Amino acid sequence: MSLGDSSTPLGKVRGLGSAQQGGEHWITERVTSIALLLLGVWFVASMLLLPKLDQRTLVEWLHNPSAFIPMALLIVVGFRHALDGVKVTVDDYVHEPGTNFVVNTLLLFLAVAGGAIALFGLARIAFGVVA
Amino acid sequence: MANAQSRPLSPHLTIWRWGPHMVVSILHRATGIVLSFAGLGILAWWLFALSNGTDAYTDFAKAAGSPVGLIVLIGITWSFFQHLLSGIRHLVMDTGAGFELGINKTFAILTIVGSVLLTALMWFYLLGVRK
Repeated sequence: MSLGDSSTPLGKVRGLGSAQQGGEHWITERVTSIALLLLGVWFVASMLLLPKLDQRTLVEWLHNPSAFIPMALLIVVGFRHALDGVKVTVDDYVHEPGTNFVVNTLLLFLAVAGGAIALFGLARIAFGVVA
Repeated sequence: MANAQSRPLSPHLTIWRWGPHMVVSILHRATGIVLSFAGLGILAWWLFALSNGTDAYTDFAKAAGSPVGLIVLIGITWSFFQHLLSGIRHLVMDTGAGFELGINKTFAILTIVGSVLLTALMWFYLLGVRK
């Protein structure tokens, strides 16, 4: 210990322990993963069961609520799960709090923007404003 | 803080002999990142193109059907199945089960065998049978 260091032992460890949060993030990651297990298998099965993957077939398919609703859920839950998962990687490797905040915020914006584009496309198909 | 340098460090990747469980653990993260960026990115592009008239979808279909496009799509399919099977393994392990050395190793190998097999079957059907 150097002479210039006047902080008490308690002062040194404050803020270094458990953050008292994070459990919810962990649970959300698992719950969304179970939802995506169902939605992902539904999506792959749909790609295999559709007779063709041309625009007409796909647009007709997404017009139907039985495809539109799970697709909307796949987008929302998928982007949420991706954001939660990538955040774990960022937190593992980007330790500096300022950089960590910037990277996680950029990823949040990217996920919301991506989800919005996908939902916009889906809505435009489902509500029939397609040439 | 002179003795901070001499503290024992926990052994890392360079120390351990590689095993299936390590490969699968790292693949889970790698495939998750692939799905988050490439997978969801292409999903958003696909839905937007589908909703955006014939030209937009023709552009998408051309890119997706090119050799590079097919390699990317097959890679994403494999990432999906690997992440899905490895995710199931993680959900089982979250309950505290499957940590016995033999079972853990077998389960890890099975995720890789399963993901390769499912990807091969799916694309054999899409390109070879249905066309």
